[in-house]
Amino acid sequence: MVKQELQGLNGDEAVAYATKQVNPDVVAAYPITPQTIIVERYSEYVADGEVDSEFVAVESEHSAMSCSVGASAAGARAFTATASAGLALMWEIVYIASSLRLPIVMALANRALSGPINIHNDHSDGMGARDTGWIQIYCENSQEVYDASIQAWRIAEHLKIQLPVMVCLDGFTLSHTMENVKTLMDTDVQKFVGTRPFIEVEGHMGKGELRLNPDMPLTMGPLDLQDFYFEHKMHQVEALNEALEYIKEIDDEYEELSGRRYDYVEPYRMEDAEVALIGMGSMVGTIKYVVDELREEGVKAGMVKLRLFRPFPSEYIKKAIGSVPIIGVMEKCISFGAPASPLMEEIMTAYYADKEKPMLANFVVGLGGKDVSPAMIREAYSSLIKANEDGKVEKFMTYIGVRGE
Amino acid sequence: MSKRDWQDLPKGAISYKSSLDYKTGDWGVDAPKIDHSRCTKCTLCHFYCPEGAILMREDGFTEVDLDYCKGCGICTKECPVKCIEMVRK
Repeated sequence: MVKQELQGLNGDEAVAYATKQVNPDVVAAYPITPQTIIVERYSEYVADGEVDSEFVAVESEHSAMSCSVGASAAGARAFTATASAGLALMWEIVYIASSLRLPIVMALANRALSGPINIHNDHSDGMGARDTGWIQIYCENSQEVYDASIQAWRIAEHLKIQLPVMVCLDGFTLSHTMENVKTLMDTDVQKFVGTRPFIEVEGHMGKGELRLNPDMPLTMGPLDLQDFYFEHKMHQVEALNEALEYIKEIDDEYEELSGRRYDYVEPYRMEDAEVALIGMGSMVGTIKYVVDELREEGVKAGMVKLRLFRPFPSEYIKKAIGSVPIIGVMEKCISFGAPASPLMEEIMTAYYADKEKPMLANFVVGLGGKDVSPAMIREAYSSLIKANEDGKVEKFMTYIGVRGE
Repeated sequence: MSKRDWQDLPKGAISYKSSLDYKTGDWGVDAPKIDHSRCTKCTLCHFYCPEGAILMREDGFTEVDLDYCKGCGICTKECPVKCIEMVRK
């Protein structure tokens, strides 16, 4: 383990600081609450000459992602950051980044989508982008945000992966809340991320790297209709599925360096648990706190934190859940008109073909930044305990913390 | 396994070619025909062609590069002496 320095950083600052240490070639971003601090800090680093990055002050998020795609296609390391409406505006290009296999890293300060207009945290933006073909990591605290912002480059650029990565941090709860963060030395980060590797391709001018290069011309993103579009989508299917094998290698390497590892899921007091919640993002910290309280009261409560949402680590989740008879899926997102919230749908799908499976209950909390309090989490555990005693889930979907429910 | 299976295709849906190799001339049904006996060598057709498919010759006349002309017909509209007409390829 290498020498580290303890700093007080909020989530946004942790992203900016980690990215400064990575020193990507191009940073193209448009400020939007609650991601603003990332862009502010980074432009200060550029102004102060602390990084070599070309900072492109774009006029919109659509341009931010377009610029990142162009830079990454040319072989540069490209970074951007956004939130909510900003992600919505870059939508078209978000898909292009993944289908062109460009290892861009983007921080997403999770924020509700309008309307009514709201600048606070929920996961509507990230969940909306779950089908874009990006890798998505949801962070619990600023330390994770810092570590993920470094790991993300290695994940994105892994030769078997070559996909863009979204590092998701809860708006305000993480983005604007200062915490102690152990930071690595610049030289160690540089050594860890190294230089960007390229897939080798054989073109009409011989062997070369998969990037735009006037000495070995190739065309990126050409028209691809009924004939080969579907075949090309299979590459993305394969890359995301296989990524589950390789992301952990990078986690192993990062653990050797920093002493910290995260895996795809983190079980908390699950060994002998009789009820458990599964969730993502900052609220899992509060859930752990409630689990500790319940344990002191004699309730065998547990929790599973999901960190990697795409690719979806079904088998890892099931292993973490084990034989717990009832699971509550707690999520800060609604899929309007759907049979369940997005994470719940994925977990149910993961279990569908199994003979032995837990009972499942769905809890939606904290939309638009509404606080997810220990009392609300207790309410979820109480209903799980009751359902476990009754042997059935009476109410499949519960909206907690909303007036009138 | 045929050479056209998805496993055989390059990643990132790239094409290992310069765009010069994409002969788009077969997209159109009609192509322009320039009547050099009436042409004033103004070269407006060359500048208006959105595909760069009307080439300038040493002698000042223009000629159509049928490998890339998509047959849009803009040149026939822009020619001030109307010496370009669209004919079936």
